[in-house]
Amino acid sequence: MIDLQGYGPRILEGALVTIELAVLSLLLAIVLGLLTASAKMSRNWILHRIGTLYTTVIRGVPDLVLMLLLFFGGQMGINMVTDWLYDQFGIDIFININEFVAGVVTIALIFGAYMGETFRGAFLAVDSGQIEAGRAYGMSEGLMFRRIRFPQMMRHALPGLSNNWMVLLKTTALVSIIGLTDMVRVAAEASKATHEPFTFLIPVALIYLAIASVSEWIFARLQKHYNVGFGEADEWNN
Amino acid sequence: MNKLLTVTLLSAALIAGTAQARDYDTVRFGVDVPYEPMEYRTPEGELTGFDIELGNALCAEMGIECEWIVQGWDGIIPGLMSRKYDAIMSSMTINEERREQVLFSDPYFTPPSAWFVPSDSNIDMPAKETLEGKNIGVQRGTLQDNYVSDMYGDVADINRYATADDMVLDMEAGRLDAVFLDFPVGKSTLLDSEDGNYKVVGSMITEPKSYFGDGFGIAFRKRDEDLASKFNEALATLKENGTYDQIFNKYFSNRK
Amino acid sequence: MEQLSAWFTNLLADNTIFNAQTLEYYAEGLATTVQLVFLSLVIGLVMAVPLAIARGSRRKWIKMPIFFYTYVFRGTPLLIQLYIIYYGVVFIDGIQDTWLWLILEEPFYPALIAFTLNTAAYTTEIFHGAIKATSKGEIEAARAYGMSRGLMMRRIILPSAFRRALPAYGNEVIFMLHASAIASVVTIMDLTGAARLVYARYYAPFDAFLFVALLYLCLTFAILYLFRYLEKRMLAHLKPQS
Repeated sequence: MIDLQGYGPRILEGALVTIELAVLSLLLAIVLGLLTASAKMSRNWILHRIGTLYTTVIRGVPDLVLMLLLFFGGQMGINMVTDWLYDQFGIDIFININEFVAGVVTIALIFGAYMGETFRGAFLAVDSGQIEAGRAYGMSEGLMFRRIRFPQMMRHALPGLSNNWMVLLKTTALVSIIGLTDMVRVAAEASKATHEPFTFLIPVALIYLAIASVSEWIFARLQKHYNVGFGEADEWNN
Repeated sequence: MNKLLTVTLLSAALIAGTAQARDYDTVRFGVDVPYEPMEYRTPEGELTGFDIELGNALCAEMGIECEWIVQGWDGIIPGLMSRKYDAIMSSMTINEERREQVLFSDPYFTPPSAWFVPSDSNIDMPAKETLEGKNIGVQRGTLQDNYVSDMYGDVADINRYATADDMVLDMEAGRLDAVFLDFPVGKSTLLDSEDGNYKVVGSMITEPKSYFGDGFGIAFRKRDEDLASKFNEALATLKENGTYDQIFNKYFSNRK
Repeated sequence: MEQLSAWFTNLLADNTIFNAQTLEYYAEGLATTVQLVFLSLVIGLVMAVPLAIARGSRRKWIKMPIFFYTYVFRGTPLLIQLYIIYYGVVFIDGIQDTWLWLILEEPFYPALIAFTLNTAAYTTEIFHGAIKATSKGEIEAARAYGMSRGLMMRRIILPSAFRRALPAYGNEVIFMLHASAIASVVTIMDLTGAARLVYARYYAPFDAFLFVALLYLCLTFAILYLFRYLEKRMLAHLKPQS
């Protein structure tokens, strides 16, 4: 066995931070992505423009630069507002963004843009005949979204979603640069302190591979679930 | 008329009242680790070092709680402004640029900066001629960075590190020909290290003041004058009653 | 108009952050980023072509190691790969005395190695997918002409795979540009490194990082247009005929 020289528990804690960070930002990114997709498909040109600007800017700038900007800039921005409140009205508010929250929000903002594109493509891929059929049955818009649009969209979105998740998972490593104690940061600290980088960095790399493999399996199951009906149709056609 | 005056005075008093500094029963310190021996972690992850012990002693003297929040050097001043913590006690030198941003306590320690090179180095004096084409390590955004960038930026390659231990690691690896940092930190991490084949070249550097400032101070938000003066009083007490010397000797009096 | 120029002059006069010194940092950073990304892409591409062909081999002992390589490099964060290569090599006993150290001493080369290995892994998979997607008809036609395997690869499969891989490869180029930002972690003064220095010195995150974000945005657009142009030229035959 590898001797982790007492850093084992801290690496596991770090792994937990990585997983929590990745899952929470994934959920938030999905919500943001759905909002962005609907903004970009909206007939309202302002919403459309905002959606386009958001996805273009985010996808044109490196993750790390966005993180540095939002981490450091976000702090300063809030700071300016609260200082102004204090100077003008003597209102003393403490807004304490903790690093974990800032990390989740930043990663979600970045991947919301990618998710937005994925969802937009998937919504557009839903056969319009399906929606017409829904209308013919007299379904309301809400019911149609729940019963037809969303489940069918998911079928088209899942490959893109799974791809985004894999990239997101690896992006969480960047929070270690900004100061969040995820497993990469613990491993980097430990390798510098003990002068044995391989002992710590390689196990952490393996944990990433393990998480990636497990999620690949989960996505395959989901894909199967949302493909119900289509797979059989293919078999019949053959 | 009288009524109006009373209302005005009352509201003025109210605003003044809310604008007063709060009574702190816990003070949160921002600190950048590792910067041995000033502040660093034990392998168990516990914070220790000169700043940490002195900070805790100051809080004990004032009868309040101390909390330490680790923050990278890059964002340490913005972190203070955004109230992630109430003060910075992290080997921060008092200088003019920073004074525009924050309020400093009285200096609590005044270490010089120094040049460290490998023992077999041919750099005998820090000067433009000897440092030409060499790789020099500094911590990014420190006064040492500013000094070296301005003095030798045109002749030497300056490698800027996020933390001091990254820099020490690359010095040990042989990627750097010289590093410039606070003397106590270089002494602890390079001179006193296990395979420490390093030496100091040139003299201890404390001038010019425009770079090297007035020693280390605790930084507060500008409006927290009350808090700063309380810390100044506590610091004076600790210096009088010998607690300061005790901590100082533990970290700086000829270890090894 | 005069007001505008007066306003602009004022703005520049107030500005302490974008002086000759910091602009020089940004310019040098831009050059470093472009060098680093360009070199790793070119070397990665050269590596990826034979790897992609071998990846499709029927022999397990050829196929499996390459699969393993791409799996590991695509499944772990580039940051860890960079750390392992940058810090890891240092602790191999005696490496400082070999000629290798001449290369590894400068931070630029460990970063270049990490980036190259990473992009080569992604590119290998992109090409592998494109080769696999070659239409059966093309291969049958080549066989009917009596082409050897090598000739078929050279004349038919690779050219058509390159074209099909172009859009995905364009994305990979942009990802590589963005990923290169982490070079700043190992002291390289690339664009992000310059921005971090300016930030650390002036505590002005908006100025430092928005400016550099704008530069990256321009680079991204330049790459996008280049690839759109290439796609137009090389994929013209796939367009629906009007």
